Amino acid sequence: MTHATLRPARRAESSSTRARRLAPYLFISPFFVFFAVFALFPTLFSFYLSFQKWRQTSGLGEMKFSGLENYRFTLFGDPWFWKALGNTLILGVYGLLIQPLALILAFAILMGLKRFRALVTALYFLPYITSTVAVALIFTVVYSKNTGLLNALLITLHSLPLVGGLFPNGGVDWLGDPNTVKPAIALVVLWRYLGWNVLLHLSRMQAIPQDLYDAAKLDGASTGQQFRFITLPQLMPMLFLTVSLTIIGQMQLFDEPYILVGGEGGRAQAGLTVATYLYTTAFKFGDAGTAAAMGWILFAGILALSTLNNKVFGAQGRARGE
Amino acid sequence: MAVKALSTRVTPRARPPRVSGGLLVGYLLIALGALFCLAPFYLMLVYATHSAAEIYSVPTPVGLGSALGENLAHLLEVVPFGRNLWNSLYIALLSTAATLFFCSLAGFAFAMYEFRFRELLFSGVLATLLIPGFLNLVPFYLMMNAFGWLNKPLALWLPGAASAFGIFLMRQYIGSTLPSALLEAARIDGCTEFGLYWKIALPLSKPALGALGLVSFVGAWNNFQGALIVMQDKNTATVQLALGNLKGAYNTDWGALFAGSALAVIPLLVLFAVFSKQLIEGLTAGSVKG
Repeated sequence: MTHATLRPARRAESSSTRARRLAPYLFISPFFVFFAVFALFPTLFSFYLSFQKWRQTSGLGEMKFSGLENYRFTLFGDPWFWKALGNTLILGVYGLLIQPLALILAFAILMGLKRFRALVTALYFLPYITSTVAVALIFTVVYSKNTGLLNALLITLHSLPLVGGLFPNGGVDWLGDPNTVKPAIALVVLWRYLGWNVLLHLSRMQAIPQDLYDAAKLDGASTGQQFRFITLPQLMPMLFLTVSLTIIGQMQLFDEPYILVGGEGGRAQAGLTVATYLYTTAFKFGDAGTAAAMGWILFAGILALSTLNNKVFGAQGRARGE
Repeated sequence: MAVKALSTRVTPRARPPRVSGGLLVGYLLIALGALFCLAPFYLMLVYATHSAAEIYSVPTPVGLGSALGENLAHLLEVVPFGRNLWNSLYIALLSTAATLFFCSLAGFAFAMYEFRFRELLFSGVLATLLIPGFLNLVPFYLMMNAFGWLNKPLALWLPGAASAFGIFLMRQYIGSTLPSALLEAARIDGCTEFGLYWKIALPLSKPALGALGLVSFVGAWNNFQGALIVMQDKNTATVQLALGNLKGAYNTDWGALFAGSALAVIPLLVLFAVFSKQLIEGLTAGSVKG
């Protein structure tokens, strides 16, 4: 609107009008400069790199075009990649378990807490701002085979009458046994993101008009029915968001597995994720081209999963007019 | 009102025991969840005050010990942890300052000016969020190497200084709180365009700046992968990297490691204790309002 009216008078434009016209472009330009230099260029370069045979130890001049070889090798010649991808997907499935837990906790806080709600949500939120390194170190000790707290707890539970048989009598090598390393990593991730998800769901729940609950109570709906027929449908858009964030975060999972089991995924690579493998391929094996190809394959995977999520939750959210 | 009065009259008589039973289960769940969230912090303090041998003994320690001093002393022997703390603080502060400046400046422009391609450019800003960091891991390292920025704090605070999230947050806030009449009046008084931002928009956006500042500080302080890639010297390492490297080292002293972890986490806990409301608002703003 403004520039349309200004345009005919441009020749007579005063310096202050010109300043006003150009200022916004100047003000937003740093973002685009930073983005071009530190994100767009490296991303394009990584695409180029994914078609090159190149080891980082040799100079840039040693780069050789190799067509789709890096992609072929990653997809058909590298069993570790498939292991890493499988692990990442399994961890992703564990990661989705956070949603029902967060939903139930958020609903319990909504229904049960008024005065202490802010305090309790703050406590729940604490893990999210904590350094992943420190947390992974704590869990490393908690998981240790002979002296860890988790096994000590299991021994106690095992000694209980009746239900004791359900628990192993300690001695589980959580991070060393390929069968338990993924749940062990998943628990650390759950710890970190539970409060964050509770908070997101709670904030959405608080926005649901109280009238709906009052009307349902009037009709004799139980708390469970209120959750099922009022809260849950209203939460679909938020579920879409939290599931999206979970998928994106899980597919790039790096800090926790890297600290817990290292860049090669521990015994039998059972804790190797695509992100840790990509790092190891690039910086430990020095195979930059293959690492770049791996990145693009992962990117395609995330796009595919996001599309699927959009089909499942996004459509429902939109159908409800959100 | 009528509905409310009616419902309070009907429900208690209809099902009083069931409601309180449900609430009890609810409280139990909330308490278990809180225990789960808080226990690791407590354990960190426990382990930071025990020697490595005590940490790895049966029964595992669950109360505070007395080895904190020795652990700290040993930590400072094996890594220059004071330097590492300073590096982290320096990077986090510069990252925060740069983020606040660039994001509020761009957010101000998007909120208060009418200009050609505004919405398209703003969509462009948001679209950059779709590029995941792992895609440019290797090229980023090569660039930092080519710029001579390896082992320089610059490599960790500058590249992310203008974040799309921050611009989004600042645009939302400035757009909904700053009256354009105020800017017009200042223009008539001869204020420059940058002056409008610096003298009017910035002072009036303190709550949003506070939230964004906290988010950037926490993010920069906790950045592990970035440091892993560009910092290769133990004197330039950040706290997170120093701890990560120490864990991977042969003959790890776990007591020292946890003393260091506590030092890495406590500043955040203090920050959170003081500013939890703003921090939570900042972190959830994009998701809830967007």
